[in-house]
Amino acid sequence: MGKTTGFMEFSREMPSRRPVTERVNDWFEIYQDFPEEKLRAQGARCMDCGVPFCHSGCPVNNIIPDWNDLVYRGRWKEAVRQLHATNNFPEFTGRICPAPCEAACVLGINQPAVTIKNIEKTIVERGFAEGWIKPEPPKFRTGKKVAVVGSGPAGLAAAQQLCRAGHWVTVYEKADRIGGLLRYGIPQFKLEKRILDRRLEQMEGEGVKFVSKAHVGHSLPVSDLQEQFDAIVLAGGSEQPRDLKIPGRELKGIHFAMEYLPQQNKRCLGDTLDPAGDILANGKHVVIIGGGRYRCRLPGDCPPPKAGIGAPVRNHAHAAGGALTADSLAAVADAVAH
Amino acid sequence: MKRCSTMNGLPPAQGLYDPAYEHDACGMGFVASIRGHKSHDIIQKGIQVLINLTHRGACGCDPETGDGAGILIQIPHRFFEKECASLRIKLPKPGQYAVGMTFLPVEKHQRLQCEGILESVVKEEGLKVLGWRDTPVNGDAIGRVARQSQPYIQQIFIGLPKGVQMDEDAFERKLYVVRKRAEREVRESEIEDREMFYIPSLSARTIVYKGLLLAPQIANFYGELSDPDVTSALCLVHQRFSTNTFPSWQLAHPYRYVAHNGEINTLKGNVAWMHARQSILSSPLFGDDIKKLFPIIAPGGSDSANFDNAVELLFQAGRSIPHVMAMLIPEAWSGNPHMKTSKRAFYEYHCSLMEPWDGPAAIAFTDGRVIGATLDRNGLRPGRYVVTHDGLVVAASEVGVLDVPPEKVKSKGRLQPGKMFLVDTVAGRIISDKEIKQQLASRQPYAQWLKEKQIKIEKLPEPARVHGGDHATILIRQRAFGYTDEDIRMILEPMAKQGEEPVGSMGTDTPLACLSDKPQPLFNYFKQLFAQVTNPPIDPIREEMVMSLISYIGTERNILEETADNCHTLRLEHPILTNRDLEKLRRISTGDLLATTLPALFRAADGEAGLKRALDELCRQASLAVKSGYTLLILSDRGVDKDYAPIPSLLALAAVHNLLVREETRTQVALIIESGEPREVMHFALLIGYGASSINPYLAIETFEDLAARGYLPDGISAEVAIKKFIKAINKGLLKTFSKMGISTLQSYRGAQVFEAIGLNQDLVEAYFAGTTSRLEGVGLDVLAREAQMKHEHAFRPVSEFDTELSVGGQYHFRVDGEFHLLNPLTISKLQHSVREGSFKTFQEYADLIDDQSRNLATLRSLMKIQKSDEPVPIEEVEPAKEIVKRFNTGAMSFGSISKEAHETLAIAMNRIGGKSNTGEGGEDEDRYKPDANGDWRRSAVKQVASARFGVTANYLVNAEELQIKMAQGAKPGEGGQLPGHKVDEVIARLRHSTPGVGLISPPPHHDIYSIEDLAQLIYDLKNVNPQARIAVKLVSEIGVGTVAAGVSKAHADVVLISGDSGGTGASPLSSIKHAGIPWELGLAETQQVLLLNDLRSRIKVQTDGKLMTGRDVAIAALLGAEEFGFATVPLVTMGCIMLRKCHLNTCSVGIATQDPELRAKFAGTPEHVINFFFFIAEQVRQYMAQMGFRTVDEMVGRVDMLDVQPAVDHWKARGIDLSAILYNPPVPSRVARCCVQAQDHGLQNALDHRLIQYAYPALENREPVEMSFQIRNVHRTVGAMLSGEIARRYGSEGLPDDTIRVHLKGSAGQSFGAFLAKGVTLALEGDANDYAGKGLSGGRLVISVPKKAGFAPEENIIVGNVVLYGATSGEAFFNGVAGERFAVRNSGATAVVEGVGDHGCEYMTKGVVVVLGSCGRNFAAGMSGGIAYVFDERREFTEERCNLASVDLEPVIEAEDVELVKGLVARHHELTGSKRAKAVLDNWQEMLPSFIKVFPHEFKRVLGVPRATHAYIPGQPLPHVAELEQVTHG
Repeated sequence: MGKTTGFMEFSREMPSRRPVTERVNDWFEIYQDFPEEKLRAQGARCMDCGVPFCHSGCPVNNIIPDWNDLVYRGRWKEAVRQLHATNNFPEFTGRICPAPCEAACVLGINQPAVTIKNIEKTIVERGFAEGWIKPEPPKFRTGKKVAVVGSGPAGLAAAQQLCRAGHWVTVYEKADRIGGLLRYGIPQFKLEKRILDRRLEQMEGEGVKFVSKAHVGHSLPVSDLQEQFDAIVLAGGSEQPRDLKIPGRELKGIHFAMEYLPQQNKRCLGDTLDPAGDILANGKHVVIIGGGRYRCRLPGDCPPPKAGIGAPVRNHAHAAGGALTADSLAAVADAVAH
Repeated sequence: MKRCSTMNGLPPAQGLYDPAYEHDACGMGFVASIRGHKSHDIIQKGIQVLINLTHRGACGCDPETGDGAGILIQIPHRFFEKECASLRIKLPKPGQYAVGMTFLPVEKHQRLQCEGILESVVKEEGLKVLGWRDTPVNGDAIGRVARQSQPYIQQIFIGLPKGVQMDEDAFERKLYVVRKRAEREVRESEIEDREMFYIPSLSARTIVYKGLLLAPQIANFYGELSDPDVTSALCLVHQRFSTNTFPSWQLAHPYRYVAHNGEINTLKGNVAWMHARQSILSSPLFGDDIKKLFPIIAPGGSDSANFDNAVELLFQAGRSIPHVMAMLIPEAWSGNPHMKTSKRAFYEYHCSLMEPWDGPAAIAFTDGRVIGATLDRNGLRPGRYVVTHDGLVVAASEVGVLDVPPEKVKSKGRLQPGKMFLVDTVAGRIISDKEIKQQLASRQPYAQWLKEKQIKIEKLPEPARVHGGDHATILIRQRAFGYTDEDIRMILEPMAKQGEEPVGSMGTDTPLACLSDKPQPLFNYFKQLFAQVTNPPIDPIREEMVMSLISYIGTERNILEETADNCHTLRLEHPILTNRDLEKLRRISTGDLLATTLPALFRAADGEAGLKRALDELCRQASLAVKSGYTLLILSDRGVDKDYAPIPSLLALAAVHNLLVREETRTQVALIIESGEPREVMHFALLIGYGASSINPYLAIETFEDLAARGYLPDGISAEVAIKKFIKAINKGLLKTFSKMGISTLQSYRGAQVFEAIGLNQDLVEAYFAGTTSRLEGVGLDVLAREAQMKHEHAFRPVSEFDTELSVGGQYHFRVDGEFHLLNPLTISKLQHSVREGSFKTFQEYADLIDDQSRNLATLRSLMKIQKSDEPVPIEEVEPAKEIVKRFNTGAMSFGSISKEAHETLAIAMNRIGGKSNTGEGGEDEDRYKPDANGDWRRSAVKQVASARFGVTANYLVNAEELQIKMAQGAKPGEGGQLPGHKVDEVIARLRHSTPGVGLISPPPHHDIYSIEDLAQLIYDLKNVNPQARIAVKLVSEIGVGTVAAGVSKAHADVVLISGDSGGTGASPLSSIKHAGIPWELGLAETQQVLLLNDLRSRIKVQTDGKLMTGRDVAIAALLGAEEFGFATVPLVTMGCIMLRKCHLNTCSVGIATQDPELRAKFAGTPEHVINFFFFIAEQVRQYMAQMGFRTVDEMVGRVDMLDVQPAVDHWKARGIDLSAILYNPPVPSRVARCCVQAQDHGLQNALDHRLIQYAYPALENREPVEMSFQIRNVHRTVGAMLSGEIARRYGSEGLPDDTIRVHLKGSAGQSFGAFLAKGVTLALEGDANDYAGKGLSGGRLVISVPKKAGFAPEENIIVGNVVLYGATSGEAFFNGVAGERFAVRNSGATAVVEGVGDHGCEYMTKGVVVVLGSCGRNFAAGMSGGIAYVFDERREFTEERCNLASVDLEPVIEAEDVELVKGLVARHHELTGSKRAKAVLDNWQEMLPSFIKVFPHEFKRVLGVPRATHAYIPGQPLPHVAELEQVTHG
């Protein structure tokens, strides 16, 4: 609802990005702070629609109009609560979600949509900054034990809900760190890993146990889990990339994103990698196929990034989104070959 | 109640028809000799009066059979002596014998049995039967239907046995006992035709001749009425207009004491309370006989009959008849600070005795010695009287019913709200209201009694301890009581901020409570009833003075006694108790008052059994508490915990109430609700409607405390303020809810049960809600227990802090986990895509989503199945879509509520396909009347006539194919509306004939329709202006709508529209959107059934609307009986509406429901979108028709046999629903048509206007001036309207040059004199006129002057009736006398001079000038927002007593401009009417000028930039210096 006439008074405004000259020197997130007054004005643009398309357009059904209004009214604490009612980790979605809500926003029919995603992120960051988001261990324990296999967003959300319902929860992760895609699939500048750690800390405070390097079914027999736990949640996710079976696919230098991103994230986390498997783009021309979340900023050396280093990036017309035809892909492959 | 006889006449309840909902209204009157001189002349005059009131009655399918007429006279002794002599019956002296008129079964054996019973009762009661006389009647004088049901009519003569002495009053009492006993014994006998037995009168003083007659038939039918020996000093007459056409001889008036014009809205409650009181009735006058009178209210009677029963008891038990009237229909005393203390005390005392019988009522009454009439507190029926110099009084619903030469007239008056007019024929004089009331008030020291015995809550000692809030558990309890996020955000918070109910828009599209998957509060299963047509809703804001929330709690005592103890009650100013108030009551120990608290909780885990057990236990405890002497029972659900859930508060209340009624102890205690559940207006209304005295909503109160503690209330609103505002909002909402039903006091509303339940089963209703209608079966105690359990489980489910605190709700706005909505993101986008792409396939997908509600049941039609015929027809043979779309209409949405672009797009689309668009109530720009150059036409075919009459001029009316009278609107039936000043721009102001920036109010009622015969009058008015247009009447579904529709058909409407409850709105209180009215399926089916039973369907078209969304909806509507279909919400969606539900805020982001130019620019709808939609719908209808084997829509109308119940429904709630009442097909012969096959006879051929037009021909054709003269009578109605239509057709709103057509008239003009009179016409009448003169005046001039021969003073006598100049837009009117109630109501441009007005003068006026040269009634200028009135206040009473200062300033007339204007108008008045009053004022102008007060509306001042005055001007007091006039900021 915000302000009844808010959408007529205020225009859409997003926080500005840090200057490129600064950004190329680090891997931190790119948006600058946004003054509270401005954000509240953005919240005021929400029309509190009778049929909020944003709300049904949201994959987790965030009750967007409600928290837009709370932000407008400066009722931050309540906004934090309202936001968490449908979403365990708004600090992740507020950064990396493609925001179908904004595409569905009713205001978007004839004006720029409400900056829903930025509002979401700001609410949750305010929650952390104020210390409102802290461990909320359950008051009663059921005594039941649950194993969650996989520590990606789904596994973590399941773990948190189950823990809060009073069960003892242990999360198993085959990788060396907890977080799944959040940890290794999302580049640092989109989601700084401290954001993830902050949430894991809360969960530990609530009583969730995390076990990494435990590959269930391989290094850890399923039977062990069956013996120890009352229930098991499988939240392993899919690790199958979508391959492009086109001529030239077999050429060297063609990688799936998930071959590259974990390496890069590890570098950012200060790990030393086996140089043999390095995928580095320093001084190279790079073509990126796919307009999703990996299309991001292009990789360079790490750590620490040096000024001027990195690969030149150009948006290929097709890459901006939409379907790629076989022909256009062939053209791309051709370009790569050269 | 089974009724089958031909005489009682009404068919038994069947399908959706229930005889309990029959209505009637009528014309009534009396003639009396003041000195009690008996003559035959009085009777002849009475019959003449009756004949001249014929147009107020009606006839049904048989034009020769009326709805009933009758007369009551004194016993004509000379005649009976003569007659009886020939029968060898010797009559004693007058007064020593009684005559009983009896209706008996025709079949001889049964008749003898009835006679036998009556005779034996007479003997057992110690009286003597003198003999019987066959009353000679002429069966040929009456209609076919009446003849078929005619009873055998005899007179019985009863005297005293030898040696028995009895005074006249004792004799009358004995006769009363005899009649009541005989009625009961016959009723309880086995006699087959026992229902035909009826005693119209049995008295030694009066006799009633009545029957199923038309007025002119009565003298021929009862031949003896023409015998010169039949004499009387008084004659009471009545002509009935009933909604039904079922032959009923008994329901004709007069009854034994009264004839009634109007309707008792609170009847159910009144009857129930009368019944509950029986156990404590006692009177020394009756002794043990009192029990023989039970039931006091005889079953099967109409509201008037029941009222007569109550009058009779109170009268026979010793009160005078005026006393009884003042007790049952009191004046509005609580809101009148100027009433004398002793009189107030009289009323207040009697209010603590019994609740008023509330509703519009003009009642003529007599005990055979005094005769008089009284009017309800709000003056909602007309009543006029003339007193002659030779001692004759003629009173009637209209003036002019009897020719009285002007020189013989001593005075002319009208019945005034709450006032009595009384003739005492024994004392030989007229007794003024003032004298009667003074006499009554001084009967007993009422004021002192009240002072000594009445308790006020403020005076009770402070409680030692008050419940505080418990923040730790509030969330759990909110959940247990089913609070949702929306309740807090959209209901409670707004009430705390604004002190009033929140407003919403666009209707509702969520499931009925009985179909919803979500647990519902029990409240949601009920729907509010509301007044339409047969009685008016009230405006609780502008007419607040008649409303009251005061209630009295405590033990009721014997109402037949007058003692101080009768007012030993606790007086509450309103029904909401704070925690402190409640503790005061809990600990009360004053007098007889003693309270106890009973727990209303049940063990959640035990489900239905637990709930049942808890209810039984609660009842047992209540019963015990009453026996132990407790007088206040507090039903409390405090103490909810993990084991115990609250019993739904309404259920707990109803259980106890019903039990105590059965145990006949209900009136000994007051029931008080202490509950966490009630939180919105509807909840409180239901609790009161089912008998609660007061309510402590502790959890709502705590919620505010909690919100405040958490800092969630806006600045400046503390918990205390919030609670105060909440209580204020609830109270205002309650008044609004009462007023929708036309009820003005809480006392009358309490227990009146004016609700219909949807989807509760009979077991539940009978056990707990006896008397409430629930027609579809459905949910029982098991489901209610389950719902309570669901909430309880939710409450105590362990939750983390980050869970949603409360359920999301989703009742008002769509939410993914909330309540289901038919219009949701998916359906809206599919629909919009389909019409934009022209894709029938996508439309089909949309329709499938709506139609297939098997997973989400939402509507009654979702439970229905359209059958397939064994003989389908090929689709090519089905009527083409382009024919079907002609049956489609778009809904009434005013230009004002939606933008010009949207309004015109709809009009263009409908004109292109031959359907009809509707103007709504905001007028229409005249540049739309001619087609555009490209062939498109922006004119709306349907012109709406709504309560505010915005833009309704003669020219508007002639530019229409259909004129639709909006009686109610689905989203807010029974309510008015308001267009705030900021929305009124130049164009809207021009079209609505008002001033830009000035707010506009639509009153809740049409002020010219307070009853069914008034509606007939408006239909006649409109038909006169535009004889080619169809006249449609829009009703909203509720129980009894079918009966109203039957009345509408008899009132000669061409179309009746049955709207559903879910239709859209531009702005309406949320509780109205959600809780008033019922789905169209029920209303439409009922309408079809009742019209068929009456054989009235053939002459009226039936239309339906209310969220029709797909072809399936249309097909079902047709099968249920509709032949035309309306759509509003969905066409808006096709034009881009995305259900923002912000219409009321002017912020529609797609340019539809807004006047903001920037937003309007974003409108992207096109006529093609709309057209595509209608063709898609038609195409779908064709598919269904093919499947059912129908080639034309007409074949399909009313074929309910093609509908079946959806077999696959197995829903936990819906499985109990039984649709057989909706799918009922009344067994009528095939000659009874199921759709409209003939035109109405509007009776225009007798209109005087035919002659006017004939004489005006040169003026009409060549603008040549013409002049003509006629005599006029009250039967000449709507004079001038047809002529005005002719002028408008030729010359548009320009009309003719001033005075082109001059018409001189002499006599008493009928109703609607000069209605819609066009510019260029002057009607100059010497005589007087009835109600609605100058209605919709469109530029013409009305002059009414007192005949030169008249001897009375015009400024003290009435010259024109009620509701004069209603909705006038321009023109002039000069009245040489006093006008009735509501003079110049909603005037938007006429100039008028009058010499005095009744109550509510210039109400809702928005423009124009009114000069009142005399005294005003109360509440002048209520809701006036524009124009100026000048009042000549000689008596210095206007400022403080008569004017409603809420929206106007009162100033002296000092500006030269004002002085000139007033002087000019007074001079003109004198010139045109010869007014002596005007002359006297002019002659002493300088002295008189200070007595003039200028009534200047605030809003108008704001627009003009004139500062607000700080003081109200009182003539004769020193003027505040101009410098003291402070600049007030306008908000």
